[in-house]
Amino acid sequence: MEDAFLKIRGLKKHFGDNRVLDGIDLDVARASVTTIIGKSGIGKSVLLKCIANLLAPDAGQIELDGQAIAHSRRKAGEADGVSFSYMFQNNALFDSLTAAENVALPLLEASGLSRSEIREQVNAMLKHLELEQSGGRYPGELSGGMKKRVALARALITKPQVVLFDEPTTGLDPERKFSVFEMIADYREKFGFTALLVSHDIPEVFEISDRVAWLDEGVIKFFGRPEELDADAESALSGFLNKANYGRKASA
Amino acid sequence: MNNRKIEFLVGCFVLVGLGAVLYLAIQVGSARFYNSDSYELKARFSSISGVNTGSRIEIAGVRVGTVTEIVLNDDFFAILTLELPNSIQLDDDTIASVKTAGLIGDRYINLSPGGSGLPLEPGDTIVDTESAMDIEGLISRFALGGIDEEEE
Amino acid sequence: MIRALGRSALTVVHELGEISLFGLGALRGFVGQRRRLAKLVVAIHEIGVRCFPIVLTVGMFTGLVMGLQLYYTLVQLGAEAALGDAVGLSIVLELGPVLTALMVVGQAGSAMASELGIQRNDEQIDALQTMSIDPKGYLVGPRLVAAVICFPMLTAIFDLIGIFGGYLTGSVLLGVDSGVYWHHVESSITWHDVRGGFIKALVFGIYTISVCAYRGFNTHRKASFPGVRGVSESATRAVVWSSVGVLASDYLITSFLI
Repeated sequence: MEDAFLKIRGLKKHFGDNRVLDGIDLDVARASVTTIIGKSGIGKSVLLKCIANLLAPDAGQIELDGQAIAHSRRKAGEADGVSFSYMFQNNALFDSLTAAENVALPLLEASGLSRSEIREQVNAMLKHLELEQSGGRYPGELSGGMKKRVALARALITKPQVVLFDEPTTGLDPERKFSVFEMIADYREKFGFTALLVSHDIPEVFEISDRVAWLDEGVIKFFGRPEELDADAESALSGFLNKANYGRKASA
Repeated sequence: MNNRKIEFLVGCFVLVGLGAVLYLAIQVGSARFYNSDSYELKARFSSISGVNTGSRIEIAGVRVGTVTEIVLNDDFFAILTLELPNSIQLDDDTIASVKTAGLIGDRYINLSPGGSGLPLEPGDTIVDTESAMDIEGLISRFALGGIDEEEE
Repeated sequence: MIRALGRSALTVVHELGEISLFGLGALRGFVGQRRRLAKLVVAIHEIGVRCFPIVLTVGMFTGLVMGLQLYYTLVQLGAEAALGDAVGLSIVLELGPVLTALMVVGQAGSAMASELGIQRNDEQIDALQTMSIDPKGYLVGPRLVAAVICFPMLTAIFDLIGIFGGYLTGSVLLGVDSGVYWHHVESSITWHDVRGGFIKALVFGIYTISVCAYRGFNTHRKASFPGVRGVSESATRAVVWSSVGVLASDYLITSFLI
């Protein structure tokens, strides 16, 4: 793929004897949604954290828009004017700050904007995500779906080019799951960011995915459009998918 | 809790805390941040048993200064350094004596100002001294009724 | 056996080194922060204001019991006049700094360790990093500066209330002349003693808050269990290491000061 926006080559990471990532190659197109699937504990979050520079990879290269990201010296969250945002599994909102203060935090602490500019941007963002009424409330007083939206607002307020979603739908009921996926798709269009998702919600997540990557045994074993998944029926991937679907049917 | 209340409480705490630190340092710890209004005299005693550096100096029962140093000179006399405020001028016939507050209470230095008209300069030595009373000796003499016999 | 001893000694030295680097990193990070004063106010609230009542209470009771105990010891020597010296010196030199530090560890240190542990588990610390905010400077730096400010203040408050407690039992209850008591307090405690107490308070403050923050912040690396048990382990270890460290360093500082 020539126009890859985020390009990963030979990424390796091990913990002790456990080779979690053993040479990951991945190309993500600009303004696309790419979903990483795979068994629990296979290293999907580790991959996201390596991309976000929360973990230092042992080897490999990450290129963003043609620029190599120097992992050793890079300040977290920044790379040559291209910024990442990370949406955590449990939102990682600060309990002692209100929703609006949580959203304002990255601007307040790490940007040169004035207070009034920040207030303006935060209010606009809250309005975008239909959170105007909840700005003054604390995370503990918000519902699960609202917390997700606050976390998304915080991730988007810095106008990132890449947003990494680490299991954005864990712990939500099916209806909410669907609305979170819808939200990601909508705002991807509105804000034009590139999204990289880790999700277990198969097949719902395929609705919004442009590409799917299957991570197994430390490498990407399948990469392609969601429609192509069914064609690849006899592989180990189909076993994984069938189990995932079966589990879904059984619980439904 | 809102920010304003927190700021108010922190302000109160800092005020009380600073007050406590300063009170402890200045009033209780008698810290001197300037040293220009006092001077030192020496005093020579044959015995200063019970007196320590930091022991107080009194004139007519009023505390006026402290003992800052104790050394033994070549003739086996104890040389005390007394720190006194500039406002107190003493003549050279001043008598310095070791006194006891209570029977087992602590020892202090009492100064009886003289009237010779010749003032002591900073660093001068008071030679007219009365050393520590030997309480054990006194008691044993009282107890054994030895005083009268000795005087006879 | 001897190897095990050597290994644990090396571990302690290694930990102390890491804690020092952690504290320095936090202070350096704090310098680069925005809105430092606002953060400092919150941290002083946590370490100073919230610990004020417990320090006041413990200081009062310590003074009361010291007045009682020392009176009955001194009265046997006929030296009850020296009650002011005994209460004042023991509080200013030892009990004030040590008990204040232990109280703050119990009140603020354990809470700080578990709060940071939960923030670590909840990925809030990672979140700060992805937002280009230095987590140590943001979370730990203000608390260390607040410790430097609050510990001497709390110690001074403890000292004064303790000496007042000694006055209540010694003079009001047991009849030592109040003038004698206060005179002895003032004449026995020198600037040297007060300064020694403040030095201890500063060392204890920096040490305990560094240890508690370090333990909580590194829950993911240091605790032997993940999740909730890891947080509780971090809080326990933070309190134990802080308290033992306070008493051990108290001995060291005292022998240097004398």
